[in-house]
Amino acid sequence: MSDGNLVKEVKVIVFQLKDEEYGVEVDQVRSIERMQHITRVPRTLDFVKGVINLRGVVTPIIELRKRFGIEEIETTDSTRIIIVAAGNLEVGLIVDAANDVVDIPNNVVEPPPEVVGGVEVDYLRGVAKMDKRLLILLNLDKVLNSTELKETKFFKANG
Amino acid sequence: MDKSQYLDMFIDESKEHLQAVNDNLLKLENEPENVAIVNEIFRSAHTLKGMAATMGYEDLASLTHIMENVLDGIRNHKIFVSTEILDVVFESVDDLEAMVMSIASGGDGKRDVTKTVAKFEKIEKGESVGVHMNQTEVASTQESIISGIPASLELYDDFEVTVLSQATEQGFNANQIKISLREDCILKAARVYMIFQVLEQIGEVIKSTPTVDALEEENFDLEFTVTLITKETNDDVRNRILKVSEVEKVAVITLDLESYKRKTIDSEVHIEETKKETAQQAPTKRQKQNNSVETTSNKEKVHSPGSKTIRVNIERLDILMNLFEELVIDRGRLEQIASDLKSSELTETVEHMSRISGDLQSIILNMRMVPVEQVFNRFPRMIRALAKDLNKKVNLEIIGAETELDRTVIDEIGDPLVHLLRNSIDHGVEKPEQRQNAEKSDEGKITLKAYHSGNHVFIEVSDDGAGINRDKVLKKAIESGVVSEENGHNLTDKQVYELLFSSGFSTVDVISDVSGRGVGLDVVKNKIESLGGHVAVDSVLGEGTTFSIQLPLTLSIISVMLVEVQKEKYAIPLSTIIETAIVKDKDILAAHNQKVIDFRGNIIPLINLTDFFDVPKTLKQDSYHSIIVIRKGEKMAGLVVDSFIGQQEIVLKSLGNYLTNVFAISGATILGDGQVALIVDCNALIK
Repeated sequence: MSDGNLVKEVKVIVFQLKDEEYGVEVDQVRSIERMQHITRVPRTLDFVKGVINLRGVVTPIIELRKRFGIEEIETTDSTRIIIVAAGNLEVGLIVDAANDVVDIPNNVVEPPPEVVGGVEVDYLRGVAKMDKRLLILLNLDKVLNSTELKETKFFKANG
Repeated sequence: MDKSQYLDMFIDESKEHLQAVNDNLLKLENEPENVAIVNEIFRSAHTLKGMAATMGYEDLASLTHIMENVLDGIRNHKIFVSTEILDVVFESVDDLEAMVMSIASGGDGKRDVTKTVAKFEKIEKGESVGVHMNQTEVASTQESIISGIPASLELYDDFEVTVLSQATEQGFNANQIKISLREDCILKAARVYMIFQVLEQIGEVIKSTPTVDALEEENFDLEFTVTLITKETNDDVRNRILKVSEVEKVAVITLDLESYKRKTIDSEVHIEETKKETAQQAPTKRQKQNNSVETTSNKEKVHSPGSKTIRVNIERLDILMNLFEELVIDRGRLEQIASDLKSSELTETVEHMSRISGDLQSIILNMRMVPVEQVFNRFPRMIRALAKDLNKKVNLEIIGAETELDRTVIDEIGDPLVHLLRNSIDHGVEKPEQRQNAEKSDEGKITLKAYHSGNHVFIEVSDDGAGINRDKVLKKAIESGVVSEENGHNLTDKQVYELLFSSGFSTVDVISDVSGRGVGLDVVKNKIESLGGHVAVDSVLGEGTTFSIQLPLTLSIISVMLVEVQKEKYAIPLSTIIETAIVKDKDILAAHNQKVIDFRGNIIPLINLTDFFDVPKTLKQDSYHSIIVIRKGEKMAGLVVDSFIGQQEIVLKSLGNYLTNVFAISGATILGDGQVALIVDCNALIK
């Protein structure tokens, strides 16, 4: 393969939610933390679990299951908080488990399947098929979309 | 030479010098005959020029140069100080500031200054003697650059002689040092730089021949001469310079100033001389120097004995502060562990550590404190320009400029203050005719006053102008729909004045240059309140208006009352708490479905934090309730909590960019156990 022909690869951290595998680009991941005490922040969106003390920085935590409309479960030993950074936001995502790093060639990424009346696919960047694994790649900017956050909050504060 | 590492220092020092020029120009305006002030300005300008040239900012250097010419004319009584001249000088200082700002923001510091230069040239031409003087100066400077060796005989000008004799009176030695580099010296400019470094460690360089610029550009042969004032002995000076490699020889001559004062050319100079490698004979001929007024650098503040300060980047202090916060959190944990373990040895050690870290905390906080002077300094200049624009006479009095405030606050209060001052000149102080009619002196007075009180800093802007016309304000407010007609007439004077802070409010009939900039006092109010402060206004018709700003000493640490609401902990700022109370069930009354209590004769509403914050209920309700009475202005409310933990100093943290504007939460803090506690925004709880 010549240099010009190189297929670009993207390194992703793989994490589990329910029985599916998701991927988030490694350069957007700051760290992976064990579950710890979360201080609830009242009057915020329901998927905002609260804030933690991340080495002196107050960091908001999002319950990713709730964000994606998956039913919640009790935290287990494998529950992790993935600290991600997108733009000027630094946020922790609660996931069921995080245990893998893979390189995904760009040419195996396909746009997310569109289903009429299906789940919000807005925050998915694509789906990568790797042998028998199916990785759902997240579009973090959308996941952390703050306009949506503000609108809902406005609604909440008034309602 | 890589100059980038000096850039920050250059920018800081340039700003300082420009500020000094500004201040002194204002002084000069009041005492046009005072040559000492001109000398001060000259020195600052000169240092600035030298630095700019060294750093390669030619425009900056050349504008300063021409400004210097005019100043020199003033100093030598060839040009007489007038408002017009000062205006031009001020204008050029503006240009210089703009250039420095441009450099600071990563620009090249270039700017079209032809207008200012042309004005300066006019000033010079207006005085024939001045022109003559300046031409000779320029000529001789050029000469020295071209030849590299000074042509005229050594003659210091009056100014330099004054500086030198003052220095000797203070016990310094004035030395003339002739330095010869080795013929095979490769990087002459670098050597010169190293030598200057050495010299500046031990004293102050007054003059160099050729000029620093020329030396920097290697426009010299192998020899150069500097004049140094120092407390070191001649031998010491010589030996230090000889430490720089590729120096051939150094001759140190102690100047006999008396003879210079008499301007006698043959004087009793004591010559010392050394050889480094060769045993050459010392040149006994006196060094020649050009006639230009080259005084190199006066880092008096840095070099004068006794003043030991260093410049620290605020970011570093912030990092230190953050690290310290973590230490405080760990300290809290240790205290907890020690009390759990009940080991006296551990407890003692932890207590000792707590004391030390407490001291450390106050030192770090003090390091962040800076005098408000830094902000106030720019105002005299601004007032002068504004008063001129508006054809008013205004005298600004500054009181308490030494009052210290946290750096973060200082950076923020500049704009609101500018606005209030503008407001005072524009709306407050009347025109001279009007003032005379009102039997006041035609010069208005604006007082800017800062002082500490408790945990707060107060800054007041007051004027002796016309005061606020209550009826006019009210009329405007009703017209613009800020208040309704019927409400308006029931307002107290103070409440009417407060209307000035409502958004989009302006009382001027004609929008002037000054106030028609689309920002109202509401901006000031918002800014101050975002800093946790408060702004109030008071006025007496015909006698003046006072704006009073109250600010917290620091933004990063506040005193709070920690409370428990069920199992959650919240922090309530002490500044909003009136008192705490414990009330029985039967003392809680209901008024139209709202629980209230009778608090010292006032009926105040209760807010149950458990319900308000949707806190998961785990504890049974007691028949006694812990209540914190808070207030916002005149209004009060009682917060129902489960228990008080106690008063604590906490480090304020933001919730980050993701959770902005959470209702009734103003921030967070990290407690001793490492957990996050939220800070209740009491202002949002009271409508």
